[in-house]
Order: sequence, then structure tokens, then C-alpha cells
Amino acid sequence: MGGAHADVSGHVKMYIAVFAALAIGTIVTVLASTVDLGGHWNVAVAMAIAAVKASLVAAIFMHLKWESASVIWITLLFCAIFLVVLMALPVLTSGDRPPMVQIGSWG
Amino acid sequence: MSGHHNPSGRHHDHDHGHHQLSFLRKYVFSVDHKVIGVQYAVTALVFLFFGFSLMMLMRWQLAYPGKSLPLLGGLFPPDGVMKPEMYNSLGAMHGTIMIFLGVVPLLVGGFGNYVLPLQIGAPDMSFPKLNMMSYWAYFVGGVVMLSSFFVPGGAANSGWTSYAPLSVIAGKGQTVWLLGMVFLITSSLLGSVNFITTIVQLRAKGLTMFRLPFFVWAQFVTAFLLLLAFPPLEAAAVLQLMDRLAGTSFYMPEGLVVSGVPQAYTGGGNPLLYQHLFWFLAHPEVYVLILPGMGIVAEVIANNTRKPLWGYRAMVYSSIFLGFMSFIVWAHHMFITGMGTKISAFFAATTMIISIPSVIILTAMIISLYRGSIRFNVPMLFALAFLPMFAIGGLTGLPLGLPASDIQLHDTYYVIGHFHYVVAPGTIFAIFAGIYFWYPKVTGKRLNEALGKIHFWLSLIFMNVVFMPMFFQGLAGVSRRLYDQTVYAHGEAVQTLTRMSSWGAWMLGVAQLPFILNFVMSLVASRKTAENPWQATTLEWAAPTPPPHGNFLVPPVVHRGPYEYSVPGMKRDFFPQHLVVEG
Amino acid sequence: MSAGTLPYKVEPHPVTGVYSGKLGTWLFLASEVMLFGGLLSAYVFLRVGAPEAGPAAWPTHEQTELSWKIGGINTLVLILSSVTMVMAWVALKMNDVAKGKMYLAVTAALAMTFIVVKLALEYHPKFKHHHVPSTNNFFALYFTLTGLHALHVLGGVVVILYFLLPGAGLWKTNPTYYTNRIECTGLYWHFVDLVWIFLFPILYLMN
Repeated sequence: MGGAHADVSGHVKMYIAVFAALAIGTIVTVLASTVDLGGHWNVAVAMAIAAVKASLVAAIFMHLKWESASVIWITLLFCAIFLVVLMALPVLTSGDRPPMVQIGSWG
Repeated sequence: MSGHHNPSGRHHDHDHGHHQLSFLRKYVFSVDHKVIGVQYAVTALVFLFFGFSLMMLMRWQLAYPGKSLPLLGGLFPPDGVMKPEMYNSLGAMHGTIMIFLGVVPLLVGGFGNYVLPLQIGAPDMSFPKLNMMSYWAYFVGGVVMLSSFFVPGGAANSGWTSYAPLSVIAGKGQTVWLLGMVFLITSSLLGSVNFITTIVQLRAKGLTMFRLPFFVWAQFVTAFLLLLAFPPLEAAAVLQLMDRLAGTSFYMPEGLVVSGVPQAYTGGGNPLLYQHLFWFLAHPEVYVLILPGMGIVAEVIANNTRKPLWGYRAMVYSSIFLGFMSFIVWAHHMFITGMGTKISAFFAATTMIISIPSVIILTAMIISLYRGSIRFNVPMLFALAFLPMFAIGGLTGLPLGLPASDIQLHDTYYVIGHFHYVVAPGTIFAIFAGIYFWYPKVTGKRLNEALGKIHFWLSLIFMNVVFMPMFFQGLAGVSRRLYDQTVYAHGEAVQTLTRMSSWGAWMLGVAQLPFILNFVMSLVASRKTAENPWQATTLEWAAPTPPPHGNFLVPPVVHRGPYEYSVPGMKRDFFPQHLVVEG
Repeated sequence: MSAGTLPYKVEPHPVTGVYSGKLGTWLFLASEVMLFGGLLSAYVFLRVGAPEAGPAAWPTHEQTELSWKIGGINTLVLILSSVTMVMAWVALKMNDVAKGKMYLAVTAALAMTFIVVKLALEYHPKFKHHHVPSTNNFFALYFTLTGLHALHVLGGVVVILYFLLPGAGLWKTNPTYYTNRIECTGLYWHFVDLVWIFLFPILYLMN
């Protein structure tokens, strides 16, 4: 952020555009949820739209598009990796259980 | 939030007129990282001794089950015999206090706060008021934890891990425990934000990342672990609070029956969710406990071998890799929960991999000793003892990381022995090394060497007397957390070992008396020490002793790496980081 | 040397390119990501493992009685507040403090609208129909996630009000510092918005 006035005032149009995109995204999400896309596709579509909206917020409103500080990017990278690991929790409990556990006295 | 400070010229003079801070602002609600560091360290030391005392009480019940306590029997009315509920409370609180109120605040809040800004040549932490708040959040968390002893039903008694559903149906003390944890987590998060920002932003001119002392690197990685691993525990704690207070079923399975009484929970939850979220924090937490300890030991070893650390860069990369890997090994605590074999194999593999960087760091420190002209002073003795003690702790962890052997050893005394070797003669020895090493910096006085040596040798002997028997007990199949192991034949058979551990623990307690005496007496009795008594190279010794508010008289400029000892062709055997030419 | 003269508090560090407050805010947000990440992972975990039938089964959309209309309106309110927040920062950057404060006030008002809608039109009818956290795991998650999010919104309101009233004097003594702090507040505020962007479809649309 150089702080030059022209720079910042140029942003305003972009902010309005992002707002429009987010509003439209919200409407599309609602509409998409009314259509049965079958299986997990509804979830996938809703999450994809949310991801796009979130990226817009992060990139434009939170100025990540202009962010050059590597320490912020490294932190966010680790954050993203560990977030994926966290989200994988359900996979970890639904593994292949050896039959002896199922019939054992531990129930 | 330091909006209070007024950087404008008009008010500047006014600010300087107020150098005489009130007692409260100077010593209690101080924003000076050194005062906060000392506050942290002293509070944490008190908690360490308190947590240790709880265990000394428990060791009586273990050694002489059902006998009334000598001298302290009044603590356990009516007949001086510790009740099973009390035993459980003491066990849970011992773990909680030692880890969350003792070791971590001492290593990070105490040593980190005091030494780190000095070692990077900074005037203070990046956010001084935040720093103060993180100490007071810790303090309140500690008070809340201790107050849980006085609620009806006593303190939390579901183990330091607070596994659900046991912890959800436990007495009121558990709610207090959870509230206390929320304060402690908040404190750690504020602290880690502060540490990372400080290291990134406030390094002295010329102090590149690879000129940082290893201690700073260790704190840097630790701060990231705290920052990213603690929030999932906070989530877990919030969910457990909801289960306890709002009657939700996050961790409660359908149709839960306790002691024949069906529980009024809708169900649909899963106790394993808690274990996953808990260990997602608690495994990185293990490295939070050990990394700063390694950092302290590295400083002391470099200083007392009078040569550079061997493999400094390898140690730095290893600690980063260690930090990263620590996030993907947690489920090795859960092998017996019935995870799939493939998942178990994955976590066994990552667990074996994470031992590699630990071994690299340890090996580098051992090789650093080779052909050094070692000074066997007290900090060095503790640092040297750290190496084999941590090695025992680490190597005995390998069988626990493999599912096949873990099924036999899980939740036995073997596990207790393993992790205590890492944190007790490991981290605690590193803490002692740090206290003896930096005490002159903090106070301007030196601790007595003779008392220190008595403290060291007695501690070394009795640490091993306490924890070595536990491996054999564990291999004999004795479960941890037993109130009275003699009710089982296999427990009765190794009861002698239990007594040995207990006597070791009490003697270890006695062995700390020289330290307490030394710590207090040296403040008043000993004479002022030299500015740089260890002839060290790192920046903390470039500041006046004890350092004033703002630390350095002139902002230091760094010209070389952290461990320029015994540089060939020089008159003295150390070349401080901030000197241009040999002074 | 007092804490007031710490370097890089106001001006960016020449190497890292950020002032300390901004870096600190991002680090804090990283921990917030992990906090909500832990809760979202609980959502996935419990939803995947929910029983097929019985009282603990996952409710259908009709059973949740959640209105996507109210949720959608609240989404728009929050998005709009993000725009006004960033506009406040732009105004301060251009030295127009009156406009900046106006936008801050609007942001706080929108945030309070969000809270009022949440409490009056959502929580209150739910409680009246005996949909409470202990009803089933969906409602447990719904109340925990939206409750924690609402607390974050309230926290944001407190910070904004602080900079509007007692903290506003900083503009006169050090306008750059004030603008920076509004930027940091904005980062936090957009993050709260970002969390809601995920919560809305997860809770309102995916049953």
C-alpha cells in the first residue's frame, strides 16, 4: 500500500464489484440448493461457491492480492495444510476395522 | 493495544517526565518484557513445585495403599487415607499443572519473554500491553484451576487428557477446569502472536535469521505450534462445555448407560472426536515442551564447550521439520481405539519419521562436545545430563509409535516412564540449566556453584530412581492411573518397584531444597557478578546487567553468527556478535 | 527508551514489508482459522457419523425450521458491512476522517442488525419451538457455531465503537497509526464475514 490517493480511490470500484459478486454468489448458492444435483454434488457446488466468495473477500477486502509479506503467506500456507489435516478427521475413524475388534468383548 | 502512548512531539517531553512509574505499573502491571518474564518464571516455578507436591502425596497412596498419610494426614479427613476420587483429582491436576501452568509458561513465558528480545537486540516485545495481558490471562487461568479444588466434588478428576464421555459426566470441577483452560489457551495464543511478530520485526540490524541463536529458533517454531495447535483444543473445550452445560451430545454416543443409569443425552456424538481434537493439540504440545528446552541446552553447550555448535543449520532445519511433522502424528496416541490398519500404518510411519529430526538435533549437540574444552559448571552439568535423559525418553517412545507394541504398552507405567523422561529429567533439567545460566543476567548475582552441584547430582540420581522402575512396571503390565495396584497379582509382584519410585520422588523433593535455598540466598548474599560472567557471544550479554527498561543503551548491530567461540588467531576465545573488532 | 518508541509499530518494516500490528493480526487470524476449522471438522465428523434413524439422526431441512431467507438477508447484511468497513479505511487513507467515521458507524450498525436479526428472528422462535442445543447434534452445532460467530461479531462491534469514541483521539496525534489500526480491525472484520460465508450454506442449505 503506497498510500497514494489515486491508488486507493481506484479500489473503490473494485470493492463495489466484489460486493455485487458476493451478493450474486449468495443468490446462486440458494438457487443451487433447491435443485437436486444428486449425491454429493449439492455439497460440492455449495462449497465451491463459498470457496470462491471467501477467496474474493480474502484477496480484495483483506488486501491479500497486494500482500507481499512472505511471513504472512508462509503462515497461511501452514494454516491451510493443517486445516486440510483437521478436515480429514472423519476419514481416520472410518477405516477398515479388523474383524476381531468387532466381535471382541470390547463391543 | 497501546493507543495510550503518545508519539507526537508535543506530548513527548511530558512522557519523559514520568519515568518514575508507580510500584503497581513497574512491578505488577508492567509492560516491560523482563518484568513479565520474571513474573512468568516465578509463578511457573511455584506451580511446578505445587504440581510436584501433589504427586508426592499420590506416591504415598501408591507405595502404601490404604495407609493413612504420615504428618499430612489432616489433608484427607477423616482418617488420613486418600480417597480414590481425591487420588484421581490429584492425578489430573498434577498433569494439568505441570504442563499448562508449569513447564510451558516457564519455558515460553519465562525464558522466552526474558531472553528472546535481548538475544535479538530488541528494546521490548512487539506488543508490550498484549504481553502483560497474556501473563494476567495465565495468572487468572491458574487461579481458576486451583480454585477447582474447592468446588463441591473436588477438582477435575478425569485425567489431564479429560477424555469424554467420562469428563462430560464428571463433577463440577471439570467445568472449572475447562474455564481455566480457556484462559490458559488465550494466554498462549496472545503470547505466540507476540513472539512471532517480535522475531520477525524487531531483530537488530545485521541479525539475519541464520545468525539467530538456536534458542530463538526453538522459540520461533514453538510459537507457531502454539498458534496453530491450541485453537482446536479450544474448540474441543467449547464443545465439552456445551456437552456439560447445555446438554448437547458432541461426545456422547446413543444409549449411554453409566453405572446402570441411562444418560439423558440424545446421542449421536462420538468420544473419538474429543480424542482427535485433543491430540491434535497435545502432540504438538509435546514439542512445545521440548523444543525450547533444546534451545536452552544448545546455548549452554556452545558457551561451555567454547566452540560453535556443530551443524547449526541442520539443527534449525530439523526443528522446522519437527514442528511441521508434529501436526501429523497425533493419532499414534489412539492406536487402540480401533482405527483402521492403514491409518495406523500411516501414523506409525509419520511417528518414525519425526524421530529423525529429534535425533539430528540431539546428535548435533553431542558432536558439539567433541574436542571442546568443556567447562563443567552447573548449567553445563544440567545441559549434559539433558542429552542422555532425553535420549532415553525419546528412544523408549519408539515402541509406543508402532501399533503392534503399543497395544501391549498403551496406558501402562511404561508410557508414564517414557514421557516423564522427556519432560522431567529432560525439559526440567534444561530449565535448571537455563536458570543457572541466565540468573546472573536477571539479577546481577551468581548462584552458588557448590549448592548447585549438590542440587544437580541429587536430582540426577533421584530422577532416575523415580522413573526407571516405571519401565519395568509397565512391561509387567501395570496400568497407569491405578489407585491401588496391589489388588492385582501382577501389580503386587512389582510393588517393590512402586515403593522405590515413591522414595525416589520424596528424595527428589528433598533434593530441591539446596536449589530453593540457593535461589533465595544468592539474591541477598552473593556479590555482584561481571557483566558477562560466562564470556558468552550472544546479544543478551551486550546489554547492561540487569538490563534497564528498553534494554540496550545503543541499538546493537550484529556482525557475525551466534557462536563465534575460539576463533583461530584471536586473543580471547569468544567474539561477541555485536563487536566490530575484538574488544 | 520506552515501549512507545518501538520500531515498525506504525511504519512498515523495510524487509518484511508490514507493520507489526498487521502481522500480529494475521497471526491471530491464522489461529482463528484453526479454531473454526476444529469446529467445522466436528461438523463433518458428526454429520458423516450420524445415525440413520432415531432421535439422534440428522434432521431434514424442514425439521430444522431454518429459513434461508433470514439467513440470506443476514449474509447480505454482513457482506455489506464488509464493504463499509473497507470504505472507512479508504476514507481515512484519503484523510477524510468524517467520512471514515461515518462508514465505521454504518459498519457497527449493520453488525448490530445482524445480531438483532439473529436473536429476534432466529434464536427466539427456535427456543419457543423447543429447538435447543440438546435437541440433536444439528442444533448443537448450529447454536455453537452461530453463537461463537455472533460473539465474534459482537467483539468486532466493541472494537469499532472503541475507535469511534475513546480511541478516536489517536487520529489527531498520529493519523497513520489510526488508519493502520482501522486496517487491522478491517482484517478481523472481513474474516468474521468470511466465516459466515461458509456457515450459511453449511447450516441453512445443506440438509
